[in-house]
Parts: sequence; structure tokens; C-alpha cells
Amino acid sequence: MQKHRKNRNVAIIGIGQTALSSHKEDQNQVEMVAEAVRNALEDAGKTIDDIDCVVHGNMELFEMQFQPDMWHALGCGSYGKEEYRITTGGTVGATLVCASDNLVASGLYDTVLCIGFEKLQEGNTTGGITNMADPLWFRNLQTGALTSTTAMELIQKFGKERVLRAAMKYRIMMDKHAMLNPRAHRRLGLEYDQMETLMETSPQLVGELRLIHMCSQSDGACAMILTSEDRVREGTAKPPVWIRDHETSHREENMSNLYGARKPKSTHRDCAERLFARNGITDPLGYFDVFEMYDPSAFWAVDWLGEFLLLEGDEHLRLLEAGEFDLDGKLPVNPSGGVIASNPIGATAMLRIAEAALQIRGDAGGHQIKKEVRHALASGFGGSLWTVLMILEKEPNW
Amino acid sequence: MTVGVGKKRVAICAVAQLKNDPDLWHTRFQGMLLEILEDLQRQTGFRYGEGGVEQIVSVSDDFFDARTISNNGVQDVLGGQYLAEEKMAQEGLNAIGYANAVILSGHKDVVLIMGHCKESQGESRNLITNCGFDPFYGRAVGLDYLNAAGLQARAYMAKSGLTDDHLARIVARSRQWAAKNPYANARETLPPGKVKASPMLCDPIRQLHAYPVSDGAVGLLLASEERAREYTDRPVWITGFANAMDAFFFGDRDLTSNFALKKAAAKACERAGIRDLKGAADVVEVMDCYAYQQPMWMEGLGFCGDGEGARFIDEGGPGKYRVNLSGGALAGNPMIIAGLYRAVEAALQLKGEAGDHQVPDARCAVAHSTNGPAGQFHSVLILEA
Repeated sequence: MQKHRKNRNVAIIGIGQTALSSHKEDQNQVEMVAEAVRNALEDAGKTIDDIDCVVHGNMELFEMQFQPDMWHALGCGSYGKEEYRITTGGTVGATLVCASDNLVASGLYDTVLCIGFEKLQEGNTTGGITNMADPLWFRNLQTGALTSTTAMELIQKFGKERVLRAAMKYRIMMDKHAMLNPRAHRRLGLEYDQMETLMETSPQLVGELRLIHMCSQSDGACAMILTSEDRVREGTAKPPVWIRDHETSHREENMSNLYGARKPKSTHRDCAERLFARNGITDPLGYFDVFEMYDPSAFWAVDWLGEFLLLEGDEHLRLLEAGEFDLDGKLPVNPSGGVIASNPIGATAMLRIAEAALQIRGDAGGHQIKKEVRHALASGFGGSLWTVLMILEKEPNW
Repeated sequence: MTVGVGKKRVAICAVAQLKNDPDLWHTRFQGMLLEILEDLQRQTGFRYGEGGVEQIVSVSDDFFDARTISNNGVQDVLGGQYLAEEKMAQEGLNAIGYANAVILSGHKDVVLIMGHCKESQGESRNLITNCGFDPFYGRAVGLDYLNAAGLQARAYMAKSGLTDDHLARIVARSRQWAAKNPYANARETLPPGKVKASPMLCDPIRQLHAYPVSDGAVGLLLASEERAREYTDRPVWITGFANAMDAFFFGDRDLTSNFALKKAAAKACERAGIRDLKGAADVVEVMDCYAYQQPMWMEGLGFCGDGEGARFIDEGGPGKYRVNLSGGALAGNPMIIAGLYRAVEAALQLKGEAGDHQVPDARCAVAHSTNGPAGQFHSVLILEA
């Protein structure tokens, strides 16, 4: 495996988020995006004049806005600037940060602003996701992200009682984290002693998948500012967070990938293996201090922890049961409350990177991890189980 | 600022294009892309994975494909199986600008670009581009990219002295060249009189002033300077790329000022180290979805003075500067990937593979694209042999 190369180092110097909520009726899309951009500029101590290029993304069919970056030029500050619009489904927020990293590292741009947003209230989210399926083969079967195949597989492997409890443990842990994050959308105040009740009373969606397991449907935007190492040396308002490396793993859309008898290797594991190998990371569980994971449902989260961290057997379940993914555990997962708490889809994957970066800066507020965070991992998810994975560092000394 | 440029170069190693067609009803877009992929593989023998193509940049559009995440349905054709794939939305030429940056950044050495669009699938292009306006003002009054172009055309004609007669000549010339390009959609030659007699579509744009509904697909293989020779003996170098955004609301901008295009062209020239694009370019491919755009964008690129579009046509500017020898977008390319078609044609000229419309000894070519209502956004690519 070839070692990772980069033309020059890139750091995150500004992070802006809007509050995340089911309805943002006081703002239109442009105003919502502008709020995130203003917050990011303020955070970075920069003005829009310092930005060389804007990178914009979401999924346009959710809001039915064709080429939204044109209208959004008003809120992005892209007037007179270079601009790219890149979209990759649910992973888009992370892809925008990867793309911005590439653009700055190329030497063509010094400072890049990236923006992910979604106003799911303006559309039909499940309908929109169903619409991604092939009209001839899949669309009649699609249930727009609501699938319990993972739950079924986990149950076959580890037993029903254990899996249902693990999923609920994860779900309540996420809510406890969200309760500490004032920006999070769903903050329910769940307690672990409600586990049994919720397992029975939460409305059933598909198979073992219940409403309580599923991510929310949110409005919100996230913006980040990335700049080159030279510019960082000139001074930054907040501590820079370095982007060490990133990788993307996509997959074909076909029946055998999703429902075949022999389950193919997951893109999560594939992506993690490639990324860690070329960066010489052999023990991800030990190396990383925090993991912000795109967790669309509690069952997926439980399963994917094992995949991303390259664990074998039931190790991920044992770690979860032992509280090692809690805020004070060995590897805290989603101190922000994750996607289960808040999911403005086009911004969601960027929020993972933003929240991981805030943890490194020590700036996360109520959900800041107590121990020092030096190495962070963030993931994006989308499409037919696509993955984007990014490594963030406190110091550029890898 | 320009750390990467001047030190490293990125090459277009191979290009492939599908013949543009008014309605490829018998082929799904996956099948169209497969032809392109196999063409590129025949030319270069490229493989996927480490040491080969590790990154794919696709170009397509959710609206035109009527699919959320339009790139999801083409992963198996693009080769996006356990590989990085990213979709450049809506503006094909930006895919080349971005792939250039990916390679200069050191992140990946070989990038495959694949774009597709089937305009024939939609009920109406105007229905889609109407959704490009904000839902409160523009969409409600029925604006779409056609009538936005109509407003701009009228304003530019007033400014530059361009007449219905000029527009007819621009279309007639496009068809003459398209007849020599086996990949063009509208290849019938047309006398200017017939263009002038065609029905009014959106005043002052006549039916034949507008690009025909087209289906198409395009592919390019890009590589770093060190790796390019593995794939081609005749690399075409990306020396300058830039784009720029204008204001959204028409009241906030001068529709005839070419604000964004001038900015993009100046930046692309700066990156390419070119002072005088007019003197340097041997071939120019501009995205002229509507006839008035050809002189207007040439003005924006600096090939004629401000408001001199009519004189540019009268003095034979398009012939002199070898503009759109492919027939241009007027001869029919899907809007989303028309910029990629421009780049493919520019690259073929520099490779000496443009067939009947080849310019002898072309060394420098410009490919231009625009997107958004009335040219809100422009991209400019400069290629050199």
C-alpha cells in the first residue's frame, strides 16, 4: 500500500452550524445557509473577502430546487467567486469537506468555504429517498432508508435479546449525548430504565426496526472554512484542526449486494482498511480519541461500529455493553447525539466532521469529552451503503 | 498562492463521446455510459484500483434523470465498486477543474470523468429549469432558462447591434460545421433564410436559435504528468481552469456585462500564464445553447471589445478564431454535460484527432461552459498540446 501523499497540508479554521430542528419556518433556504456561513466566518475571524472558492451541496430533489447554488449565491457569498457544486447523496456533507481539502491541497485555492444544507420540511424525505431506486427494478420495493435487514442479520448472528438490547442501549446513549448538545434536534430525555418499555411501545416500522431506532428528519445547515498550512501559520482565531487524510468507498447498486446470500464486504470496512493502512494506523480503537459516525439507525450503528473499527466477532457488542463508546469510555462515539438526534441530510455528514473538529479544539461545549482529543475519526454515509471516512488531527505531525 | 501550478501538470490522456441524439429511447443512460467506458478502455487499457483509476468524478443531474442521487444508478458502469466516486452536479466542465485539483493535491494520480444526460426523458427542459428559480418570486412568474435567455438576448442585441440576421448566420454556420462532426446531433445544413423563418420560441429566440433536445454521454481519463505516458503518447495538458459566479436576481446584475465570464477567463489565463487569450488560442469551443450567446461569450472571453458582438460576426470572427468547429452546443449537447463536450472537442483538436473539422497544428485550445439562468455561472478551461 502506497503511503499517503499531499501537496500541502490543510486545516479546518472555521465551523458554523445552525440550530437543527424539524421546522425552520422563520428562514428560507438562503437565509438558513447564510446563518451557517456567517457563523463559520465569525468562528474563523474571517470575512467573505478571504474566501477564494465556495463548495456547495445537498440533494436537490428533497426541496425540488434545481441548481440551488444559483439562488443560494445570495446566502453563500459566492458572488464573484469560484464555486463547485458536488453531490453524493447522504455522504455529500463529508464529500464537500474532502473536495475542499483537495482544492486547497492542490495549491489552486488558499481558503475554501464549504456548505452543506437540507430543509427536509419542504419536501417528502422518504419519498425522495425512495426515488433514488431504479424505476424498473427497485422502486416498488424501496422503503426510503427504512430497512431492518441489518437488524435481522445481527439477530441471526448474536441472538434477538442481545441485539435488541444493544440497539436500545445505543439509542439511549445517543439521546443522553444529544441532551448535552443544545443544537441537537431530538432531545427526548430517555433513561436506560426505559429500555424494555421502548422495545415494546415504540411503533414498529419494518421488522424489528422501530420508530425510536430511526434517525430524525431535520432542517439545518453546516459550513466550514479550510485553509492552507501557510495561511494557518499567519495566525488563526481558533486552534486549527488538520485534515490528515480521507477516503471514499462507493458500491454498485444491485440486488446481490443488498440481499444476496453471501453478503459482500461492507464499504465501511473496505474504506477503513484502505485509509488506516496507508496512514499506518493498526489499532483504530486505541488510536482515535473520538468517532463521529453517520448513524442513520440504531441497528446500523451497532453493526457499523464493528466494521469501521475493524473489529471481529462480537467485540463491538461487548464494547458497547461495557460502556466503552460512552462519553467517558475508551472511544466516545457521537458526543453530539449523532444522526439519530439530528439529520438535515445534506449537512449531516459535514456535521460529523464539524463535531469531531470541535472535540479536537476542545470547543464542543456541553458535550465536550473530558479527556484530551488529539485524533478524531468522522464518517459519512449515503447512496447504496457508501462511505466517506476522514481522519482529523490536533497536530500536523503524522 | 499557486503552489501546485507550474510545478506539476495534469494531462487529459483520452476522451470519448457518444453521438448526440434527439432521443436515445432504446438505450438507458447506463448503456450509454458503458459505450464510453469501453471506448476509453480500448484507447488506454486502464484498470481500476491501486495503480490505476482510484477516483471517479461523475457528472449527471437528479432532475434530468428523475432520480435522487443520480450517480447511484451508474456505479456499476463507472466502476464505482469499492472505489471513490464523487458527482459534480450540473456543470460538466467543473469536473475537469476539480479532477485537476484532485491530481495536483497528490490525493489521487489517475481520475476517470464520466458524464451523462438524457434530455429526451423529461417532459420539458423548461419545466426543470423553472425549478432553478427561487420558489417565491422567479418560479411563480414562470421564469425558466429559456425565457431568461430571451431577456438576456434582447438586452445584448440592444447593446451590441446584433440582429435576427446575425443570429441566422450563426446558426447556419454551426450547422455547416456540425455536418463535418459525426458526433453532433443536428447535422442538416440550413440556409440563414430558413432560420429566420423558424417560429418564435421566446422572443427574440427562434426555434432554430435554440439547441435541440439531446441525449449524450462523455468520458475523459486524466492523469498526473508522471503517469500520463502509461495511457497516451499524445497527452493534452490542463494549463488553466477557473469559474465564477454572478448574482442571482436579474435586478442585481447587468445581464449584458459578462461579469462572471470575464472573471473566470482572467483567472484561467492567469493560471495558464497567458496574457492574450485571443492571440494564444488556436481553437475555441464556447457553450452556445442559444445563437446570441456565441458572440456574447466570445466578447466575455476577450475576443472582441465590449458590445462589439455584431461586428465580430460581420468581420468573420468565428471563422478567424476557429470557434465551435464541432458545431457547438447549437448543434445539440445536453446542457449538463455540454461543457464536457466542449472540452472533448478541444482536446481532440490538440491531439490532431478531430477528423474532418481538424485545425492544422493546434497548440492551445479554450473550452467554455455556462450554467444557471442567463449565464449566471461560467467555467473556462485552457488546454495545451
